[in-house]
Amino acid sequence: MAEIASSEPTRRDFLYIATGAVGAVGLASVAWPFISQMNPDASTLALSTVEVDVGQVAEGQSITVKWRGKPVFIRHRTPKEIDEAKSVPVAQLIDRDARNANLASDAEATDVNRSAPGKEAWLIMVGICTHLGCVPLGEQGNYDGWFCPCHGSQYDSAGRVRVGPAPENMHIPVYSFISDTTVRIG
Amino acid sequence: MSKPGLLIAGVVAAMVALAGAASVPAHAAEGAPKPPRESWSFSGPFGTYDRAQLQRGFKVYREVCSSCHGLGLVAFRNLAEPGGPEFSEAQVKALAATYQIHDGPNDAGDMFDRPGRPADRFPLPFPNEQAARASNGGAFPPDFSLLAKARTFERGFPWFLIDAVTQYQEQGPDYIHGIINGYVPAPAGFELQPGQHYNEYFPGHRIAMPKPINDGQVEYPKLPNGQPQVPETVDQYSRDVTAFMMWAAEPHLEARKQMGFKVMVFLIVFAGLLYFTKKKIWAKAHDEEAKA
Amino acid sequence: MSSGHSTYVPKSAFMKWFESRLPLGGLIHSSFIAYPVPRNLNYLWTFGGILSFMLVAQIVTGVVLVMHYTPHVTLAFNSVEHIMRDVNYGWLIRYLHSNGASMFFIAVYIHMFRGMYYGSYKAPREVLWILGVIIFLLMMATAFMGYVLPWGQMSFWGATVITNLFSALPFVGEPIVTWLWGGFSVDNPTLNRFFSLHYLLPFMIAGVVGLHVWALHVVGQNNPTGVEIKDVRKDTVPFTPYATIKDGFGIVCFMLLFAWFVFYQPNYMGHADNYIPANPLVTPAHIVPEWYFLPFYAILRSIPDKLGGVLAMFGAIAVLAFLPWLDTSKVRSAVYRPIYRQLFWVLVLVSIGLGYLGAMPPEGGYVIASRLLTAYYFIHFLVLLPLLGLIEKPKALPNSIADAVLTKHAGAGGAVVAQGAVSAPNTKG
Repeated sequence: MAEIASSEPTRRDFLYIATGAVGAVGLASVAWPFISQMNPDASTLALSTVEVDVGQVAEGQSITVKWRGKPVFIRHRTPKEIDEAKSVPVAQLIDRDARNANLASDAEATDVNRSAPGKEAWLIMVGICTHLGCVPLGEQGNYDGWFCPCHGSQYDSAGRVRVGPAPENMHIPVYSFISDTTVRIG
Repeated sequence: MSKPGLLIAGVVAAMVALAGAASVPAHAAEGAPKPPRESWSFSGPFGTYDRAQLQRGFKVYREVCSSCHGLGLVAFRNLAEPGGPEFSEAQVKALAATYQIHDGPNDAGDMFDRPGRPADRFPLPFPNEQAARASNGGAFPPDFSLLAKARTFERGFPWFLIDAVTQYQEQGPDYIHGIINGYVPAPAGFELQPGQHYNEYFPGHRIAMPKPINDGQVEYPKLPNGQPQVPETVDQYSRDVTAFMMWAAEPHLEARKQMGFKVMVFLIVFAGLLYFTKKKIWAKAHDEEAKA
Repeated sequence: MSSGHSTYVPKSAFMKWFESRLPLGGLIHSSFIAYPVPRNLNYLWTFGGILSFMLVAQIVTGVVLVMHYTPHVTLAFNSVEHIMRDVNYGWLIRYLHSNGASMFFIAVYIHMFRGMYYGSYKAPREVLWILGVIIFLLMMATAFMGYVLPWGQMSFWGATVITNLFSALPFVGEPIVTWLWGGFSVDNPTLNRFFSLHYLLPFMIAGVVGLHVWALHVVGQNNPTGVEIKDVRKDTVPFTPYATIKDGFGIVCFMLLFAWFVFYQPNYMGHADNYIPANPLVTPAHIVPEWYFLPFYAILRSIPDKLGGVLAMFGAIAVLAFLPWLDTSKVRSAVYRPIYRQLFWVLVLVSIGLGYLGAMPPEGGYVIASRLLTAYYFIHFLVLLPLLGLIEKPKALPNSIADAVLTKHAGAGGAVVAQGAVSAPNTKG
């Protein structure tokens, strides 16, 4: 009996461990579809571009369009706003990154990197405060930009955060001017 | 197999039999002959779609069927997705742009038409069912999106039992293939009203759809030497468009069957391990019995 | 069962502290570890575990489907197709859920027939059995309402036909049906309330299952001999690891069958017509309920009177609740009841036959056959069982479970075991 007892455990333990391990693998594999199903589905992913006609937006005006369920601010800036934005040294900013999806992630938050390429009067960005997701109010605050009513963040005329608690500049989505007056976002 | 095992197997078989009997429609009373069984690339546990066939089938749908039959649940982008016809993204983009999609309202509050994008679904040939009926002599051409799963015919005893084991489940495609090829002259004395056509496999034989397609009607891609890859015949057209309809109805069929194989292998291995573990554990109890 | 194989001793100071405030560890230990299980149970006894697994599987997949489903008549059908086409693994989860319903019923029917074969409904297990009948009723209601949700042709017409059953009631019938519908036909209000109840009922099932398991743990499991446990040490083994590993093996084998349908023929158990959106103006050529309702559907149709048919159908389920008192025999297991054993198999065949007839068109010979089988179904419970207990001479019972197991293993084939093979404990070696 003693001999059996000394040789048995290893083989038995191996069987138990193998069974347990295979069961664990199965459980993990079953879990994945149930987690993955909460990710955006194929139809949501496909609906990721909108085209906007901005021909009617005069200098000093903004429009808000919906993209992926979020507001996108399209602002035709005045020369004064552009100058103000340009005059701020990047070193003074709370967030020194451009947060522009069209540029490299380490691009600096200069006004050129924030505005539309070759069309510096146009500022196109996701109109969501980077603090906790509220929509800031336009042409308010101390920087000729945006003011978030929820927790008081302020953005300048290039959409860069100037007064906290928001940690980042408002994000700029992928977009391009497909004609002089039409922007495709996404 | 032990006796309880046999009993379980027997009861399971009986219930599966009931399930099979339940899923049978009662077309029998109408006495339509059963459509012949065809061979499909997507049947069986390892079935896959034939990309070239789906692409040809889509061409047939587009050039012939789409004037009356919608494809409302399918989006252009689906045509590029894995497991389907797998057109290239660029082809799908170009294709979508040839369709006009009703959209709006725009900033002026008006609805407008714009070229389609891959994310759009196929526009319907008729704005609503009433319009479709008005244009088709009172008949409603059914949407193709699910038709391959929405049509079947009675298999009868004992076939519905055998089907549960052999995985024969292509009654829908066989039926559709049968209908397209089922336009034969009506037997003498068979009354047809105006707007009705005789079809061998349609329940009751009176179908509103006229013979939809003829030999040579759709041009297929040719080999480099100008020879056809597949014959341009009604039989081939019907196979291709039916395969396309099956994909439209069950776009994840390939992924499903492939995952199924992995799951089966896993479960068999796991069941084997559990069986031996169970035997090991119970050996102790049996030892006690022997000693007692 | 008063005493198990061991008692729970909290190991850490924290567990001791916790246990004195909420004895959860002790409850789990006594219910799922030390709980004594007759050592001669066969694989038919794994179906309780299989059913628990199916209930959890249906709730999990169902909760996930609700994240993508829209309960509105104009959107429901397309939202199901959205799940099938666009949602990540949506096709898998939906096929698991729709086939899972069938698997649930396969398991529950085996579980119920097992109870009937081995007399598991007899004293002191009457409450346990009746709770089971209640679970079965709740399952039927849940499955019926779930089938309505995809809003295909069979959903709509199934809902119309089944809700119309209530119109058979005298005087209150019509108002009740209108009340059930929330309108003058099955429509959006109906879909919405069915959706709400389809979500609610599974949790009620889970609650009654809790009571079912509680009742089971009070009276202990029956076993193939039908002889009560005499000596816990000799007649039983602890639930863990013996029953847990055996149930686990049973569940995985059942999953193989489940996977076969989900991955290879997910629409075998369904109706092609349900891939056609609901149309209140056109009834499909042949309305057939899901297979698990077919025997009861056949009983409904076999009675030529509207109210009579409805009463017979509900009566066919209600009669099960009275089974503990209709069966007058002192002996539980059919293993020791030679006549009852034959009647049992006749009942199984009659039930399957009724199921087959339920799928056939109600005409000619099918109607006559349905009437005969319906009559037999009720005669079995109301006449044969009460009489049989008085006239049948049962075989000699083993003295104890341990005795039965021993004799079997000895392979002696004495008088006691000759017929006992059906109830064989798992085969040795």
